[in-house]
Amino acid sequence: MTSSDPRLLVLSERDNILVLAEPVEAGEILNVCGTPVQVQASLGLGHKLARSAIPEGKDVLKYGLPIGFAARDISIGEHVHVHNLTSRYTVVEVME
Amino acid sequence: MHSMEGWLRQDGRKGIRNIVLVAYLVECAHHVCTKIARPFDDGEVQVIGFSGCFPSEYGHQMMEALCTHPNVGAVQLVSLGCENFKKQQLAETIRASGRLVNLLTIQSAGGTSASVESGRAWVASTLEELARQPREPMEVNELVVGTICGGSDATSGLTGNPAAGLAFDRLVEEGAVCIFEETGELIGCEQIMAARAANGKLGEKIIATVEKAARYYASMGYGSFSNGNALGGLSTIEEKSLGAYAKSGSSTISGLLKPAEQAPTGGLFLLDVVPDGPPKFGFPNINDTAEIIELISCGAHIVIFVTGRGSVVGSAISPVLKVCANPETFNRMQEDMDVNAGRVLLDTTQLPEVGKEIFEKIVGLAGGEKSASEKLGHTEFVLTYKTASKPEPGCHTV
Repeated sequence: MTSSDPRLLVLSERDNILVLAEPVEAGEILNVCGTPVQVQASLGLGHKLARSAIPEGKDVLKYGLPIGFAARDISIGEHVHVHNLTSRYTVVEVME
Repeated sequence: MHSMEGWLRQDGRKGIRNIVLVAYLVECAHHVCTKIARPFDDGEVQVIGFSGCFPSEYGHQMMEALCTHPNVGAVQLVSLGCENFKKQQLAETIRASGRLVNLLTIQSAGGTSASVESGRAWVASTLEELARQPREPMEVNELVVGTICGGSDATSGLTGNPAAGLAFDRLVEEGAVCIFEETGELIGCEQIMAARAANGKLGEKIIATVEKAARYYASMGYGSFSNGNALGGLSTIEEKSLGAYAKSGSSTISGLLKPAEQAPTGGLFLLDVVPDGPPKFGFPNINDTAEIIELISCGAHIVIFVTGRGSVVGSAISPVLKVCANPETFNRMQEDMDVNAGRVLLDTTQLPEVGKEIFEKIVGLAGGEKSASEKLGHTEFVLTYKTASKPEPGCHTV
């Protein structure tokens, strides 16, 4: 499954995130389900982008299952990671 | 397809390696063990041991299980002399298993050099004896295979772990014992995992086991999540867990195992590595090697290790098969990897192929082929204090 941009993987139709199948550089334009989105900072493969806008407090779904909740409003195409996605179990402490 | 062959042990299990272990029973005997093993090939003679001087029921159970592992042919035990380890009892267990064993005590042998000399002489003559032991044909349903992921990144759950899961499905189908583990890295998967249990009672136990792990890690102050996981695109423990969970495949879960406990029949088992009761002695497993050693203590002949960031570890006793989930890592660290699962990212139709390749590599290892980490001489070993677990007979509801 793709999201019309071959660099973005849809792991499950239920998901509200997409996974990068290859690294992208800052400034590149990605096609997120029809919406052109400019990459803000370079990202490695495997990182997640919002497939649609995710309001604060809403579950982030990957593999069709919740992997935590949006710590703040996330816009379409935005990088979804430790800065805006929080575990419902153990809070992650980033060391460096 | 290679034919598998193994050394038949007295308990009916077959080993795919015929290793001489040199085992220290306290850290004070470690150097002597290293010196004893040095002249020999590290594929044939390996050092393991228990470092602590205080008594440990868990340490004893683990050393018994490891010294009588099917891949082990003989054991040179090395004691300093004043430690608390029940060395006579361990030596007797090894002897009763039909294996050659020699107990050397440094204080009575006359110190370092005398002990090293005597240990080397015993190991040399034992290797000659082991070389004469015949091998017998072995079937897939006699194999015990463990799986672990380490140095995970976001590719682990996309390529390597699902491929390992396919290999597990095939192994279970053919009657092998398959063991997956680290309940602290299955946090968030407990409900979907319970739905795969052989029955409702086991499902409840699985949920309780993961909840226990979550509580244990919470009291330690850190979950099983590293800086490298975040750099690799993983954001939460649930996300890491869902990726890790994929390596269990899709077979019915037949039961729970504790460290040093053997599965009663073929099937898929979850290893509960977190001690019961209040936290004691620190983290359940301090690193990947501690987990690998616990899988091996349950009789694993081979451990499938899925890595994204790129781990280099192998293990004492059983070969580790390295499945690299990330194509960039594979290109950088090719000599350490056995399987390039990252190609699935470029072409998802490759997933069944990679699963098949993992299965075939397992059969190859059981036929005497060497894994990448074996060729590089990796024989990592870690065993720390933990609260001993009593096997629960009611647990294996197959």
